[in-house]
Amino acid sequence: MKNLLLVALGGFFGAVSRYFISRKLNGHNSKIPFGTLTVNLLGSFLLGILIGKKLGEAVYALFGIGFMGAFTTFSTLKAETLQLFEQKKTIKAAFYLAITYIGGITAGFLGLLIGRS
Amino acid sequence: MSYVTTGLGGIIGSLLRYFLSVTALSLWGDGFPFGTLAANLLGAFAFGWLTNNKAVFRKLPAHIVSGIGTGIIGSFTTFSTFSLETLQLVEQDHLFFAFLYVIFSLLGGLYCAWLGSCLAIKVSNTEKKSL
Repeated sequence: MKNLLLVALGGFFGAVSRYFISRKLNGHNSKIPFGTLTVNLLGSFLLGILIGKKLGEAVYALFGIGFMGAFTTFSTLKAETLQLFEQKKTIKAAFYLAITYIGGITAGFLGLLIGRS
Repeated sequence: MSYVTTGLGGIIGSLLRYFLSVTALSLWGDGFPFGTLAANLLGAFAFGWLTNNKAVFRKLPAHIVSGIGTGIIGSFTTFSTFSLETLQLVEQDHLFFAFLYVIFSLLGGLYCAWLGSCLAIKVSNTEKKSL
């Protein structure tokens, strides 16, 4: 039960923070959405630190599953990529996907290293 | 107002994702992250459907659409967990699983978003014809 509350609390603030950053940084839908990119790379990096530090179940429920889980998003990334493809902005779409996936996994790895050191 | 609905949606989406991953873990174990993959593919489909559905935007106020799309679906899906689970599979030397996980998420997610958008567009076209 405690975990549910922590996930819910983290989820609230994660979603609000993502909304704030997306509104600030995502430009027109024909451009690479820097807001979504920022939350996904930053969130992967911070989750890496959190997991590397092994801070216990409650901290992970609040900040990991709740906050970082909601702060980062997959559905928006896919819809944005699809939109770029549909506008025939193939190179932008491919670049957006590549930088998100390669960047996200690399950021997570760097976070893990920092967390463990 | 949209901040409040997005936050409330975030609570619902995060809890749904949590339930799904706990269920997937108890059903299939921790060899492959089925829970996150299912949440992400399902969410990509739902988001593709929602954002291409003209009737939704016509009938619902903007802050409710934000609450459902950015809030519930956006928080139901996740990218940070995906990144770290991929790294975990690599560290456990399950390179093939890691590869499959990336491919299913990368291409499967796009496919699901596309299916969702096609469904929404098809439904709204049928509605137009029937009017």
